[in-house]
Amino acid sequence: MTNHWIDVKNSDVILVMGGNPAENHPVSMKWIMNAKEKGAKLIVVDPRFTRTAAKADIYASIRSGTDIAFLGGMIKYILDNKLYFREYVVNYTNASYLVNPEFKMPGELDGVFSGYDPAARKYDKKTWSYQLDENSIPKKEPALKDPNCVFRLLKKHYSRYTLDTVSAITGTPKEKLIEVYKAFSSTGKPDRAGTELYAMGWTQHTVGTQNIRAMAIIQLLLGNIGIAGGGINALRGESNVQGSTDHGILFHILPGYLPAPTATLSDLKTYIEKHTPKTKDPKSVNWWGNRGKYITSYLKAIYGDKAAKDNDFGYAWLPKLDEGMNASWLMLFDHMLKGKFDGFFAWGQNPACSTSNANKVRKALSKLKWMVNVNLFDNETGSFWKGPGMNPKDIQTEVFQLPACSCVEKEGSITNSGRLAQWRYKAIEPIGQTKPDSEIMNELYFRVKRLYQRHGGKFPEPILNLSWRYGTKDSDGRIKKVDTHLAAREINGYYLEDIYDKTADPPKLIGKKGELCTNFVTLQADGTTSCGNWIYSGSYTQKDGKVINMMARTKKSDPTGLGLYPKWAWCWPLNRRILYNRASVDPKGMPWDIKRGVIKWSLTKLNPQTNKPGIWEGDVPDGPAPPMADEKAGKYPFIMRPDGMGAIFGPGLADGPFPEHYEPLECPLSENPMSKKQRINPTVKLFYTDKNSLAEDIYANNDSRYPIVATTYRVTEHWQTGVLSRHIPLLLETVPQQFVELSKELAKEKGIKNGDKVNVASLRGKVWAVAFVTERFKPFKIMGKTVHQIGMPYHFGWQFPEDGSAGDSANLLSPTIGDANTMIPETKAFMVNIEKA
Amino acid sequence: MLRKALLISPEICIGCRGCQIACKEWNNLPADETKNEGTLENPSDLTPNLYNKVRFIEVPSETTPLRWLFVSQRCMHCDDAGCITICPAPGALFKTKEGAVAYDKDKCIGCKLCASACPFNIPRFDKNDKISKCHLCSDRISEGLSPACAKTCPTGAIRYGQRDEIISNSQKEGYEKLYGQADLGGLGVLYAFKDAPKIYGMDEQPAVPETVLLWHNVLKPLSYLGLGGAVAASLLHYIAFKPKKDEEDK
Repeated sequence: MTNHWIDVKNSDVILVMGGNPAENHPVSMKWIMNAKEKGAKLIVVDPRFTRTAAKADIYASIRSGTDIAFLGGMIKYILDNKLYFREYVVNYTNASYLVNPEFKMPGELDGVFSGYDPAARKYDKKTWSYQLDENSIPKKEPALKDPNCVFRLLKKHYSRYTLDTVSAITGTPKEKLIEVYKAFSSTGKPDRAGTELYAMGWTQHTVGTQNIRAMAIIQLLLGNIGIAGGGINALRGESNVQGSTDHGILFHILPGYLPAPTATLSDLKTYIEKHTPKTKDPKSVNWWGNRGKYITSYLKAIYGDKAAKDNDFGYAWLPKLDEGMNASWLMLFDHMLKGKFDGFFAWGQNPACSTSNANKVRKALSKLKWMVNVNLFDNETGSFWKGPGMNPKDIQTEVFQLPACSCVEKEGSITNSGRLAQWRYKAIEPIGQTKPDSEIMNELYFRVKRLYQRHGGKFPEPILNLSWRYGTKDSDGRIKKVDTHLAAREINGYYLEDIYDKTADPPKLIGKKGELCTNFVTLQADGTTSCGNWIYSGSYTQKDGKVINMMARTKKSDPTGLGLYPKWAWCWPLNRRILYNRASVDPKGMPWDIKRGVIKWSLTKLNPQTNKPGIWEGDVPDGPAPPMADEKAGKYPFIMRPDGMGAIFGPGLADGPFPEHYEPLECPLSENPMSKKQRINPTVKLFYTDKNSLAEDIYANNDSRYPIVATTYRVTEHWQTGVLSRHIPLLLETVPQQFVELSKELAKEKGIKNGDKVNVASLRGKVWAVAFVTERFKPFKIMGKTVHQIGMPYHFGWQFPEDGSAGDSANLLSPTIGDANTMIPETKAFMVNIEKA
Repeated sequence: MLRKALLISPEICIGCRGCQIACKEWNNLPADETKNEGTLENPSDLTPNLYNKVRFIEVPSETTPLRWLFVSQRCMHCDDAGCITICPAPGALFKTKEGAVAYDKDKCIGCKLCASACPFNIPRFDKNDKISKCHLCSDRISEGLSPACAKTCPTGAIRYGQRDEIISNSQKEGYEKLYGQADLGGLGVLYAFKDAPKIYGMDEQPAVPETVLLWHNVLKPLSYLGLGGAVAASLLHYIAFKPKKDEEDK
């Protein structure tokens, strides 16, 4: 989230698209209803009339996988009707930048941007560049009239997204489109705020990243980023998924969003050089310019004294990806099926149900020599060898089940969607032989280390050199009990030497050797500080010698009245509750909307740092520098961007600087109505290309055998693949079995009655379900033809309840294909058929 | 003590059923085995193990595919409670100092007369034929806590408080009259309806069946005149249910 949960109450218009907060984040509805009470409008755009839609002021239906068309139409509406926030757009975004005249767009090039290589399915991004001045700073044209400026290109690109075209693609009636566009773009005024709430309904598409980009463009045009009641807010679907992302759970990042090293970046210097953006613009903060401090401090945290200047701080011991290597989730199972893995740890997960094309995953697991399943309960993954269609005699995989304890049986931090890290205490001791994950990891570490010590190995350093300071060690070097506080302190970081601010005269002591770091501003690139995750630096700190766990704070004061609650727990970065908040003020530092001022530049007070008048009040600002209008010291608002500007033109992504509508891998159309030659995202990795491809990866497009659009989702009463919720009888009582929601019209065509048992099938699998025949789904009119859509939850699995009464996962139906940038699987739009069982 | 009440506002209920689960957890009610029957509303009716359920009501609409209403259903804690009036077992059904209609299973004789006297079809009977229904978490409210359902509701669609304050606050919010404000001497569960009660599946004018009360007035004293409570109850039971059954047969 750019903002945070409570902040939704400050909105005037709340757009829920790609998410379903009432069912998947019910507590958030407190703040949505609170905003509504004060007159806010709630808009819900969803293929299905959800429990959130039941509370909406405006509901618009949309065919799954067509969000960019819908949002592209909104961009056009905002531009055509001049509803954008001009001062914000000109000052705080790259709208005025002049783009390379060679840059061409899909309207000119049959559906692709300039530089496309069809054989490699990749772009050469040479033309996706700016015209630079003599200092290598992009040339600007603030009147926004130059045909090559970002603003004009944006207008040209989305001129193709007319109401007729958008309606024909999305199936949303034209008058509904206008109603939504009008309501949301009313927030383009300085005193209005609009927010967007999304979740997997936007990400799990082959164009997932671009769905969010499209909204980012809208929010920048309307001046909704940085302000209270604004932003783009990802509703995280697990209580700590934000925390696990922050701490580097994904293959392409280390903790704190440091890029995973690749083999060609052979030493630390090369790594830092490659991953540290530069700018010559003195007004740009370019915060990622600090990359070297963060990676060095990270290496010092994990390798301790073993990491020294003369051994490159142990950079060589970090695992490296091969250049261009795709180590994403879908690829893991692809390689596993091809026999490239011996073993697999399924830790707190259930891929046999959670992963798209789950039959492929189940088959892949059978190629393993061993698997360790760490979970609270056995599940479809641990027991895959006795699942449907499996013959245990033929499967050689040895499975180990390690019982983990639950979240209430251990202590530690948990980070919610609003980046708020809260400390959670242990309520009871772990039951039976279960252990906290940290204890299981600790034991595993110790034993692997001992094997290396006794028998050597090809590359023992990454294990042997880990500092692993999470508790008291016995004579064997084994930690008896992991202390999560020590892990939290390592994450925060320590001063390893006395640290001086050398810009001061005389140099001023800012960090005392052995103490916890104040925050990441004091981290160093020379190995004199350690920090396990720079964005969490400041979460467990020391003041006047006293250690403070900032995440455990519980003060309920709210000085701004905006619900920031700055002394409740701790939020990264630096306890800043609203990101990009320097964009919430005008270039002189006054809030665009004084009633909702997040920060304010106050000239009546003396700044203790500079000894001059001028200090920021309110939330922790995005940097202490004076506002942008200050000629000498002023800074641009978007500090994480090398140029300091919000990116309307986004050349960093794989599939284009502007989002373009492409159809899902499986769709009901033979071609893309937007550009006939490019049906799907031209840069996605295709798994099924010809008859030599894996049969499991097959897909069916515009295939009369599978004419119905399908999507998957969750219900309030269950959680993820249901491993936790299916074992709770009270929850199973409320939603006991797999179901499929379908329209009355489709039910009539298929002779299906409400409550009938039906089979839903794709080219890859078949699942039975109980039919919910409902008005909540309506047939769409797509390019003149009637298209039906259905939806199913993915909470169920064959393994529990043990009598099989709940059914199996809806992910048996979905395809193996991922987003072009993230490889997140496309489970929210694929094609099926439905028949009475 | 001033009378307490629940205010239920379907307009802000999101149908999450947190109240349904919290109720079962607090009251230690086991799960029933259920099946999907073509609706999310499950179990399909109140049971001896389900004191509070959220009904999912689909109403046709001109502007959206439908209007989807979520309405919590449970004992209404009538002031003029037909169930207490008719109950022949002293102390089995009673009113708490907060105004909740509570019960003592040990004193319940399983005659089921209360069911016949309830205008809302609430009382259910466990495997020992003892009454089972919402008692407004009488064990919680007697300690100054709010009922489990109100405590867990994320949006404030179920609120617990002083009955007169609930009514005056709702008037300020534009609800001229709450459902249950005056019915049956005033209900302990009030609803803030935007439309006619029947849209939410409620009787416009709930009342205790007159025949039941009539016979009760004649027969209940018999039990005090020496006729055993159980005998009087069975007689009453016959009178109360027989005519109804005849009606059904027609």
